[in-house]
Amino acid sequence: MKPHTLSVLVENRPGVLSRVTGLFSRRGFNIESLAVGVCEEPEMSRITIVCIGDDAQIEQVMKQLNKLIDVIKVSDITENDRVERELALVKVTAEPGSSRAEIMQIASIFRAQIIDVGTRTVVLSITGDTEKIDALEKLLRQYGVKELVRTGKIAILRGAKTVKSTK
Amino acid sequence: MKTGAKILIEGLQREGVETIFGYPGGVVLPIYDELYNSSLRHILVRHEQAAAHAADGFARASGRVGVCLATSGPGACNLVTGIATAYMDSVPIVALTGQVPTSLLGNDAFQESDITGITLPITKHNYLVKRTEDLGHVIREAFYISRTGRPGPVLIDLPKDVSTKEISYEFPASDEVNLRGYQPTYKGHTRQIDKAIEMIMEAERPLLYIGGGVIASNAAGELVKLAESMMIPVTTTLMGLGAIPCDHPLNLGMLGMHGTRYANYAVTESDLLISIGVRFDDRVTGKLDTFASQARIIHIDIDPAEIGKNKKVDVPIVGDSKSVLQEMLARIQKKKDYQKWMSRIRTWKEKYPMKYPQDGALRPQFVIEQLSELLKGEGIIVSEVGQNQMWTAQYYCFRHPRTWITSGGLGTMGYGFPAAMGAHFARPDQVVFDIAGDGSFQMNIQELGTVSHYQIPVKVAILNNRFLGMVRQWQELFYDRRYSYTELPPVDFVKIANAYGIEGIRVEDCKDVRPALQAAIETEGPFVLDFRVEREENVFPMVPAGAAINEMIGGHIE
Ligand SMILES: Cc1ncc(C[n+]2csc(CCOP(=O)(O)OP(=O)(O)O)c2C)c(N)n1
Ligand SMILES: [Mg+2]
Repeated sequence: MKPHTLSVLVENRPGVLSRVTGLFSRRGFNIESLAVGVCEEPEMSRITIVCIGDDAQIEQVMKQLNKLIDVIKVSDITENDRVERELALVKVTAEPGSSRAEIMQIASIFRAQIIDVGTRTVVLSITGDTEKIDALEKLLRQYGVKELVRTGKIAILRGAKTVKSTK
Repeated sequence: MKTGAKILIEGLQREGVETIFGYPGGVVLPIYDELYNSSLRHILVRHEQAAAHAADGFARASGRVGVCLATSGPGACNLVTGIATAYMDSVPIVALTGQVPTSLLGNDAFQESDITGITLPITKHNYLVKRTEDLGHVIREAFYISRTGRPGPVLIDLPKDVSTKEISYEFPASDEVNLRGYQPTYKGHTRQIDKAIEMIMEAERPLLYIGGGVIASNAAGELVKLAESMMIPVTTTLMGLGAIPCDHPLNLGMLGMHGTRYANYAVTESDLLISIGVRFDDRVTGKLDTFASQARIIHIDIDPAEIGKNKKVDVPIVGDSKSVLQEMLARIQKKKDYQKWMSRIRTWKEKYPMKYPQDGALRPQFVIEQLSELLKGEGIIVSEVGQNQMWTAQYYCFRHPRTWITSGGLGTMGYGFPAAMGAHFARPDQVVFDIAGDGSFQMNIQELGTVSHYQIPVKVAILNNRFLGMVRQWQELFYDRRYSYTELPPVDFVKIANAYGIEGIRVEDCKDVRPALQAAIETEGPFVLDFRVEREENVFPMVPAGAAINEMIGGHIE
């Protein structure tokens, strides 16, 4: 059992997302993260799904996804050479004084940006792979994470290869 | 200029639809108004569930797409069981539902229900049409999706304003549908087919395990040819009955929970299971890891998701059964001799025949046997769900595909009677029987109104045991005979039939069975037969839940 990253190309139609997520819950597959947005083709969207399962389960997920009429292509890119990014926004308690300075220091080490400064909080924005965001979150916990928003992972293949409709 | 309703009716006619089953209501008024003058035949059912089952029965008997129509909200919701039934058995139906006007969508308007949401997990695909301009191609896509690939139900939800709006529209001349997200594979992979044939040549104890997919793809002829040319025995699932004649020397009958002992023993000892159009359902396999555990497995199916879903497969072949079987037939050269295997099977057949007590009591199995003899395995036999269904599967001698119509996957009580109505419209030349249980029949008994109204000549043979018999059987065997809420008080079904203007006979004695059946067959219109059978008869043999399929109980009476 390990996380798999699936890149799913779908028709950009109402209800597509509920067809996809409905399938996961109905068949008892877990979604770790899901990110969706328009893509290079105007009538399509791309969904990046991270899900955990053994090989047989992932194979079944992919086959079931493929059966959806609005799903154009499903690729498991877990084994491919790829780049992955996730964006997180973190609101951290930061009383003026030493803790605020420490937080700013941590932010700069992680190449995170401070995008909002309040009287008692700051908001950090960070992009990176899942591990990096997890690590930052862990460090910030000691100051008090008031709110955390993550986009879910998106991924793309390195080099000239693409996940495109071949059908 | 045409209204959406007119485009709909035209679209249905272009798809070759002649009969639809439906029930009116507020938001489908424009469609009904269009039906009023149309050449489409509309059968007014007495409950929308029956419309869905009738469309399903029509589709199974004909191989064409069945169509049902209901209003929004309660009407649409009443279709749900019927749609789920069709989905589980891969039956091509198109369900049309009315919807509140687009301006009110999502407002909890009167009789609004999110039927596309509700049916998402039980349709192959569904549509909420928001623009009249889209309707024409949605209809074409819906029929195309429903009948191609692995068939299944498709629902089209039609808001009232979409039906009333007038636009200028002509259907495109070409009927071609091209969906980039839907490209079923029909032709099997040649190398895989070669591998399968090699395996057959290597096998000592091959067995064909055949399901509803073979019926759906009209491949029964090819199957029998393959079995005969290689002399390989055949067992079928509940859904596969009729793919090979019951009395064919290579046929072992049904396998699984209520299969024959010889079929289940053959699966257990087989060294090569050639599985076609099946899905290794738990009612077939029993305990999964002992199922065909000595066998290598070839699995041919049009749905790649079925391959390897429950059981690891050695040679997967994605493709249409008919096309793959034809390909196999073209490639096999020499015949192999499986004499030893055949003689082992013959021994089992002789030792463990299907039997029930012959003591003069009126037993359900006897009724089925008599009907089978009378119709010589012809006619269309529909069943309800429960013991009645299993006895019919066991004792009726099916000879042709599409003559056995039953709810296998969902096991829907109340399916049979309306499905039988649909079957009649598919095959008006055939006698149609619904073999019913007293419980199941009462789930859609209101359709007596429909068969009476249109004089649909469906014959209902109730195996009346005054029990929810199948549940009672489990209570007898596994719950210490504690018959918790499974006894039904007597009902005079003949009187009920009479009240609808339908003839009927009650039968309490073996000697009256045949004349009563004869009377039903000879009567032109519908007929109800109330067979007062042994109340606590059981369906045997039986594989208890969780057991291996060769660990059967009962049915072997010395
Ligand atoms: C709609 C529905 N509800 C409940 C069941 C569970 N169930 C399966 S068989 C059965 C009893 C059927 O009784 P009857 O129609 O009299 O048939 P018999 O088994 O007595 O032949 C029941 C309740 C079902 N299959 N379908
Ligand atoms: Mg009963």
